[in-house]
Amino acid sequence: MATPLTQEALITFDLATGTVRELNQLLHEGHPDSAPARVVISNPSGKHAIAVGLNSPYEVEIDGHVGYYCAGMNQLASLRVRGNCGVGVAENMMSGKVMIEGSASQSAGASAHGGLLVIHGDASARCGISLKGADIVVRGSVGHMTAFMAQSGRIVVLGDAGDSLGDSLYEARLYVRGSAASLGADCMEKEMRDEHLAELRELLERAGVDDADPANFRRYGSARQLYNFHVEHLGSYG
Amino acid sequence: MLAQLADRGPDSAGVAFYRQPAPPGACKVSLHSPGGGPDWAELGAELERSFGAPAPHRPRATHATFVIAAEPDDAQAWLAEYHPELTLMSAGRSIEIYKEAGSPLQFVRRFALQELEGTHALGHTRMATESRVTTDHSHPFSTGLDLCLVHNGSLSNHNLLRRALSREGIRFRTDCDSEVAAGYLTWRLREGASLEQALEGCLDDLDGFYTFAVGTADGFAVLRDPIACKPAVMAETDEWVAMASEYRAIAVLPGAEQAETWEPEPGRVYSWGMAAVP
Repeated sequence: MATPLTQEALITFDLATGTVRELNQLLHEGHPDSAPARVVISNPSGKHAIAVGLNSPYEVEIDGHVGYYCAGMNQLASLRVRGNCGVGVAENMMSGKVMIEGSASQSAGASAHGGLLVIHGDASARCGISLKGADIVVRGSVGHMTAFMAQSGRIVVLGDAGDSLGDSLYEARLYVRGSAASLGADCMEKEMRDEHLAELRELLERAGVDDADPANFRRYGSARQLYNFHVEHLGSYG
Repeated sequence: MLAQLADRGPDSAGVAFYRQPAPPGACKVSLHSPGGGPDWAELGAELERSFGAPAPHRPRATHATFVIAAEPDDAQAWLAEYHPELTLMSAGRSIEIYKEAGSPLQFVRRFALQELEGTHALGHTRMATESRVTTDHSHPFSTGLDLCLVHNGSLSNHNLLRRALSREGIRFRTDCDSEVAAGYLTWRLREGASLEQALEGCLDDLDGFYTFAVGTADGFAVLRDPIACKPAVMAETDEWVAMASEYRAIAVLPGAEQAETWEPEPGRVYSWGMAAVP
């Protein structure tokens, strides 16, 4: 992070004049050199599929609100959206980091396998649906059906959770500071042990949250009654 | 805004504008001529002879609006009796509805929407799922005087509901599920419900997916189904309030980036104007 950027390493792209396809092709062509290149994107105007499928350690800043599927399938890149985002931000993310300064629409981080998604505002319904290993930290609240069928990974909510939190949950772990309107099928509150406090502390730190005490969170997980959970296969679930 | 979402609904488009209210004692109607080429001036002359006052009209593509010196019910009855070949798109004091099957971008140009100014407006681009692509199947649907509805979604109990509403005297022009939602609101309002009550009734009586936007004489209301199957985003500044399926439609408005922007909660009625829910 502290590496000074050279003039060559800064790429600017204006979506008022260029197309999303041109932008994504530019970002897919690969990295100019080994140092992280900074990319500043202006005038996103709610367009869909901005900065999708990145596979290089770019540092991308997007000035404004984005549409659907921003940062989908992200690998290695670190993105910051200075605005809100539409449906499916960072869906299927594999690695890297996506930071949303505003709020996110439905299905944020859907099916994401790795990396970290941080949402400073609220996330609406189905946040982390089918999560497969990524971590999601939401400063605000999340909508209904959050973590539906989430298989692994962690979701941290500093605000409240809507109805049916963790419905049909597998082995993802959920931490909520506020209240949960209701728990979905096979989701239950679980004991907050030292290892969970340590895990939560580390997650909050990575997300840049320094004003939340892990002790104020509740942990939710699978009651393991709905799916065919076998403790001898535990290693293959996480 | 309509053009931004043309790719979400490429097969038809429509708008309701609230503008230039008719003077007291008069009403405004929007008419569509499916057969094409009516003599609107001659119709104006007929209206003047029948109602004893001039009936100024403005043609717009295949539509025209008339200001008629009569109560809306009397004007509608007269039109149904003497000009059944014309389709009544809307009636009230200030509403004007224009809609047509075909490309939304062509619709915007053909109907010269950039000329229209008003206090508020609703628009819709359609991708048909349940029923045919015709002008009558397009949105907005009139739901009463100065009221209209646009719908994103699909209803699964619309046939049952259409039969029940038909028995209550609500008339339907098409087999479109969205028209049933409009008819349901018309019926509830006729039976004395407030707009808020009528919309809340949708939560119990409509089965399916919906985001509705309802235009009223002085504002509009929004309702999403309880599981929020269809998208919606709202934005507000000191100058304007807007709702759309996606932010990119709102992005074209002045100051959109600075607007307070949020996603309406499922199953909750939002409204602006004098009918606003406290």
